[in-house]
Amino acid sequence: MAGQSDSHLLSFSAPEVEFLAEDELVEIIPNLRMDALNMICGDFGPFFPQIATKVPLWLAVALKKRGKCSFRPPEWMSVERLTQVLEAERESPREFQPLPFHYVEISKLLIDNGHEDIPDIYMVRSLIEDIRDVRFHKVETGLETISGRTHAVKLKNLSAMEVNIVRPFMVRALQAFYKLDSPEMIQQPEATVNRRPRVIDRGPRVSLQIRPFSLYYVSMLLSDYCHFNFISI
Amino acid sequence: MDSITPSGGRRSEDSATRGEVTDVDLLKRAWCNEKAAPEILHFEAALVQRAKEQIQLLEETVEEFTADRSDDLLVSLYQMDLDRSLFLLRSYLRIRIQKIEKYMLHISKTSLWDRLSEQEQRFAKKCIDIMEKHLEQSVLSRLPYGYQSMLKQSISSEEDDMVPEPQLDTFVFCKTKNDVGAFQLDDTGEEIVDLVADDLYVLRYNSIKGLVEAGRVDLV
Repeated sequence: MAGQSDSHLLSFSAPEVEFLAEDELVEIIPNLRMDALNMICGDFGPFFPQIATKVPLWLAVALKKRGKCSFRPPEWMSVERLTQVLEAERESPREFQPLPFHYVEISKLLIDNGHEDIPDIYMVRSLIEDIRDVRFHKVETGLETISGRTHAVKLKNLSAMEVNIVRPFMVRALQAFYKLDSPEMIQQPEATVNRRPRVIDRGPRVSLQIRPFSLYYVSMLLSDYCHFNFISI
Repeated sequence: MDSITPSGGRRSEDSATRGEVTDVDLLKRAWCNEKAAPEILHFEAALVQRAKEQIQLLEETVEEFTADRSDDLLVSLYQMDLDRSLFLLRSYLRIRIQKIEKYMLHISKTSLWDRLSEQEQRFAKKCIDIMEKHLEQSVLSRLPYGYQSMLKQSISSEEDDMVPEPQLDTFVFCKTKNDVGAFQLDDTGEEIVDLVADDLYVLRYNSIKGLVEAGRVDLV
């Protein structure tokens, strides 16, 4: 009940995650001469035609839209590298391959805006989609192993968008398990009846007598059922 | 514009190791942390002040450029930079206001009060006054004696049990900046996690609160 009330505060929207990704640096090849830009988010340039330089993704997209530059896709966005990553993702069912934290957003923005700059664009796009699918499937199977004994989860190399998608479910699942597993819940029911539950956000204050009993049994069942933990720890 | 050296005490050390860190980066961190943390964090007064000054400076520059009829491209690029910084600043302030509105009574009664800026404290005070008046007029005055408090369920409650509090034992996603080493998650010492640099973890906010405040982990 309380987890729900917090959810709108605690979550990022997809555009917000994209906003964060737009500050990642990418390489562009300008086709104009322009002095250095001294911006709040840093200094970039000067720009010379045909000489590659690094700028934040949003600036790259803005220049590209005006026809002032072409992208130089990052190394990890080549067919060769992505094929390797995909294979490795398929081979190791419990690990995620290292990719940039914002790989989903960066690749999407580059592909949407720079058709002609990315070699084998259709191949690259479908490889990235496959990688996303494989990785997300792993996240989903990983979720099954969360149990009452999961006090911490390590998600090495999980990317920002993947975090954002799985966050609401994962946080509430862990929270529910944590609550059920806490000693307050598992202690003898008679003692629990007298305890007033901590009031969070005007939650329902009914059925105080029944809840401790049922939760007690549920938590027993669950901790018997799943006793292996998610990805190391 | 000069290059910016962040003067925020504890943050300056990691800016040195990571090379160039602009105020936008710092503001972004503050925004993410604030957004992901269940309770309100310390107001980044110096950082907000610096961001405001830079935004104002850039606004003036953009105006000058527009008046000069200089390159449209340049103006539009600077304008985008300005819009992004403004969005970040507004969003940071807004998320704090949302938290204040939600937990104003709790904040006003605890040491969290000191984490607010002066303006936020004024806002919170007014907000509480208005809420009190509203509840009083619409509901509380019509309830029987003993049930008229905004803070307590009934007069027999020993403590204020109707004040919404942030839930600190919720789980958060966090990224470590550098090695923290073996870290104890609870008081009993049963749960120990080895926090390695630049890894992603899902941990209970309560247990890593100190690390967040010290700037050793970032919430994502």
